[in-house]
Amino acid sequence: MIDKKLYDMPKGTDMAWCPGCGNFPILNIVKMALSELDRAPQDVVICSGIGQAAKTPHYLRVNYFNGLHGRALPPAIAIKNVNPKLTVIAESGDGDTYGEGGNHFMHTIRRNPDITNIVHDNMIYGLTKGQASPMSEKGLKNPIQPDGVIVDQFNPLAVALSLDATFVARAFTGDILQTKEIIKAAILHKGYALIDVLQPCVVFNKQNTYQWFKEKGYYVDEAHDKTDKMKALELAFDLDRLALGIIYQREGKPSYETLVREGNEPMFERVLDTAALNTLIKSYK
Amino acid sequence: MKNFSRDISLVLGGSAGMGIQTIEATLVSVLKREGYHVFASKEYMSRIRGGSNSTEIRITNKRRASFVKRIDFLFALDADVIPHLEKRITSKTIILGERQKVCRGTTVCQVIDVPFTQFANELGNPIYTSTVAVGIVLGMFRADEALFETYLRERFARKGNEIVEKNIEAGKKGYDFGKHIAYNEGIEVNLSQNKAVEKEILIDGNDALGLGILASGCNYISSYPMSPGTGILTFLAQHKKEFGIVIDQAEDEISAINHSIGAWYAGARAIVSTSGGGFDLMTEGVSLSGIIETPIVVHIGQRPGPATGLPTRTEQADLNLVLYAGHGEFPRAVFAPGTHEEAFFLAQQAFFIADKYQIPVFILTDQYFLDSIRSFPEESLQTLTPENHIIKTDADYKRYALTPDGISPRGVPGYGQGLVGIDSDEHDEDAHITESAEMRVLMHEKRLGKIKGIREEALLPTEIGDVHHAEMIVISWGSNKGVLEEALIHIDDERIAGVHFSQVYPLPENTKKLFAKKKVVVLENNASGQFANLLKLEYGIKISESILKYDGDPFFVEEVVKRFKTLIKDFEL
Repeated sequence: MIDKKLYDMPKGTDMAWCPGCGNFPILNIVKMALSELDRAPQDVVICSGIGQAAKTPHYLRVNYFNGLHGRALPPAIAIKNVNPKLTVIAESGDGDTYGEGGNHFMHTIRRNPDITNIVHDNMIYGLTKGQASPMSEKGLKNPIQPDGVIVDQFNPLAVALSLDATFVARAFTGDILQTKEIIKAAILHKGYALIDVLQPCVVFNKQNTYQWFKEKGYYVDEAHDKTDKMKALELAFDLDRLALGIIYQREGKPSYETLVREGNEPMFERVLDTAALNTLIKSYK
Repeated sequence: MKNFSRDISLVLGGSAGMGIQTIEATLVSVLKREGYHVFASKEYMSRIRGGSNSTEIRITNKRRASFVKRIDFLFALDADVIPHLEKRITSKTIILGERQKVCRGTTVCQVIDVPFTQFANELGNPIYTSTVAVGIVLGMFRADEALFETYLRERFARKGNEIVEKNIEAGKKGYDFGKHIAYNEGIEVNLSQNKAVEKEILIDGNDALGLGILASGCNYISSYPMSPGTGILTFLAQHKKEFGIVIDQAEDEISAINHSIGAWYAGARAIVSTSGGGFDLMTEGVSLSGIIETPIVVHIGQRPGPATGLPTRTEQADLNLVLYAGHGEFPRAVFAPGTHEEAFFLAQQAFFIADKYQIPVFILTDQYFLDSIRSFPEESLQTLTPENHIIKTDADYKRYALTPDGISPRGVPGYGQGLVGIDSDEHDEDAHITESAEMRVLMHEKRLGKIKGIREEALLPTEIGDVHHAEMIVISWGSNKGVLEEALIHIDDERIAGVHFSQVYPLPENTKKLFAKKKVVVLENNASGQFANLLKLEYGIKISESILKYDGDPFFVEEVVKRFKTLIKDFEL
């Protein structure tokens, strides 16, 4: 097991998160999961977009690609394609993943790359000060919808299931140990793994608080058949009670990088086959 | 007697799906093997079947690479061809076609009757009429019949003996008919043939660029299809196995560029290929490449805009787009091949500059260039040794280490003991977000400072004629090199010379010197004179006149010559 401290930033690192933010436990959980799975910092890449959750890679010592809003997934897929030996995690917020990056979310699931997608879901836009996110509940009042959100919530689990995602889970930051186990299982899963992690935004979301998540959330029991897609969909569509745990998991679907390339060697080791190039040039004669 | 001894313009017209492309491909191959210089370019409508399209094949005794308005021989495959090409047809144009079909609805129609239906009946299938058509041209030219037969054997070998024999029969029918026409009409073709041409490479702009991309060591493409940029995606997909290329058809252009930048970050050499409309969506990725100093090579096959514009036509109006794409300030480089050989070389140069300076680099082509076919000697393909600028990292590696030349050694994740971070926010040497005003200035200046090296490595423009002694210099960039060269030959006046730019940004330092005390004229395929404006802005070069065209067609040699003549008068040279 790799010493968890290896992932720590130097003491005194300035952090942009508010005291009490749900991002802190997720950061800690990711470090614990990586350490227990023995992933050397050099072999891990975290991709993120923009937002408070997207700052996560700045607060632990691994490789990272902190790119553009909504765009955590395209580079994550590419990085896995170029070097399948890396552990690739895309970690961003609900607005970033389901709003700005909605198209990429959809098409990443279809590709099934072997990456882990941790979505910090606080049902609000934190960085821009409290506007509605695709996950905001109907009726939630915010600066742009003073009378409350008028459209339905996005349903990431149902969308992922309908697109044949092979690992779909929901977790809650209030439960560190269970969330850690779910994230470990997601990293070990061969293929795209979605974990929608419920977390409170203590500053801007006064509706979906720790208490609220605690009351709504419940774990699927031991007997839950993870391979039963219809059951999983049923759980995903239930918004009165929020099922936690691995809702669905299926092995055996080929992951994207195994479809678009051969072998496992990093592509920077490849050299141009000049003989093949010359043959090709001559074929134009 | 109609004698053709130097330069023939043969045009094939018909609707999509009639086999014009097959006739074009076969004709240029056989004629090249015969030792003729060939250049072919096409124009087509944005539809899958029907419409009226044409291909011009120039058969010349000297190397030519441009489009002429004149039509010497027109193969009209249906009734729409003559009205479609009306402005280019003169009394000297020899029109061939099946009179019954071609002349439908017209009273005056001077067409040499080619009974394609009868040939099809005799051969048992209309599929062979394209081979008949090729045969007719070769017959009129009195080309080597045995060579034609050899070609047909090679081309159809995969399809079995019966098909081969049928095509040979069709070819012979056409050939005899062509000889017969030539005799009847008093057509005499005696272009000189050149043995060396037989051994040349015959290729279109798309594949020439594609070969250059392969030669650069490119091993990754993520793109969303858009004409005419799709050809590169297709080309690389066809060769993915031999060259170990990852092909990703992205869900949109935003994904394509972010994906490709991610690929470079992890150690691949990636390109995205698109057209102006697709590139509009990619601009956020361009500024990402700018701040994270991760290379990206973008190919844009230009077509007329704005928005969907004329989807299958040509224009050079996206220079401003690539010069200013992305917000904020950061260095970039723009290449625009003028010939197929240049495309092969510039693709490699684009990857080299992108990799060395860790910047976005653009290759601007256009529909006309990508679709035009010509031959040239294999030796003119210039190969750069692909250099990989990736370093193995140490434990204390800093991705954005401040260095005197602004280039921080680029590591990749999983290679060495270091950690490689990149960040789209302003960042410190370790790639962590910072709002330190001091660090902002240091990082910004580090990035911007790289332009010095990029400029020092900028490719010099090509001088055509005696630039030093000329009074008027005509400047071209990108695909207009061929038309400028040929128009200067026609005008044959030492007071005019040409300068062609294949690197359009940044320009080499001493550019301005070339134009001191000269009348400067810029030739470009757009309405606002974008390159002329860049020359004014960057170098304060005074532009006397612009020769512009923006109707969706490339320049005709004739119209450029005409403009030159007027300019000579206007400038009182």
